Amino acid sequence: MTEVSPHVDGNSLAGPLSDIFSVDMTRASWRCPGCGSTGPLAELHVYGPEPGLTARCADCSRVALRLVRNGEDTWLTLGGAEGPFRFRTAQQAQG
Amino acid sequence: MPLPWRTARLVERADETATARTLVLDAPGWPGHLAGQHVDIRLTADDGYQAARSYSLAAPADGARLELGVEPVTGGEVSPYLADDLPIGASVEVRGPLGNWFVWRPEQDEPVLLVAGGSGVVPLMAMVRAHRRAASTSPFQLIHSVRGEADLWYRAELGAGDPALDVRFLYTRQAPPGSTRAAGRLMAADLEPALKRLTPTGTVYVCGPTGFVEAAADLLTSAGQDPATIRTERFG
Repeated sequence: MTEVSPHVDGNSLAGPLSDIFSVDMTRASWRCPGCGSTGPLAELHVYGPEPGLTARCADCSRVALRLVRNGEDTWLTLGGAEGPFRFRTAQQAQG
Repeated sequence: MPLPWRTARLVERADETATARTLVLDAPGWPGHLAGQHVDIRLTADDGYQAARSYSLAAPADGARLELGVEPVTGGEVSPYLADDLPIGASVEVRGPLGNWFVWRPEQDEPVLLVAGGSGVVPLMAMVRAHRRAASTSPFQLIHSVRGEADLWYRAELGAGDPALDVRFLYTRQAPPGSTRAAGRLMAADLEPALKRLTPTGTVYVCGPTGFVEAAADLLTSAGQDPATIRTERFG
């Protein structure tokens, strides 16, 4: 039996973020404003995919990024856990 | 950059273990990829419901040929279907290549240590195969941790005695008869000899379930390996 762990890492965000950013965000570095730990987005702890993807600091679990997509809309929260940006991407426009 | 979803057809399925499968897809127009990268696979049900998951590529770029390694997750939405039910000749959507962090490029000439837990061996196998294909002389070591012999991936290929690759298997539940190492989880003593052969500029790639990766990364940093030289990929 394969055990399912509660999180993967930011490598799994490469695909979803490729619809939004023109650069590869998995290599973007981030300093946690809570505990000060640093590292690439690729090594954040990612929870989901339901109800969305949440990337958290590997050390203190502070939310770094949240990405929720339904059929038509994308909701992106950068840093913190509130105030998402809402938009549609080219992928969603194509349907 | 937005990457298109491409249609890819399943052309081959092979057993790696009792549950793990190698799948070969044909993806016309595939732009190529680097060892360590992954793809997103998307399935669409008759009612329009879509589910997408990431899978690592097990082999370096080879035209339209994509080789994946799939270990079905109990209760998973996608992996059990891909592993055993998707018919040969059927199509899925694939997006990629993805991920520029957890990659090995043939231009890298520093010594490399690959530490694989179970299905985490898949992207590391792409690195092994890319290293071999490039006839690279940089020292490559692989430690593959599995429960027992029956859980080894790529047995024939990794057991073939490739002079460019130093392979060690490590068993956590049941070691084969005659083993010098008792069954048990990865520990510092398992990494010591490998770390000695990494110069200060060596790179370590660790991949597997989250618990394995975090335990391995802790052992590596405790043994003095610079965290900046360690790249990880957690499968969950």
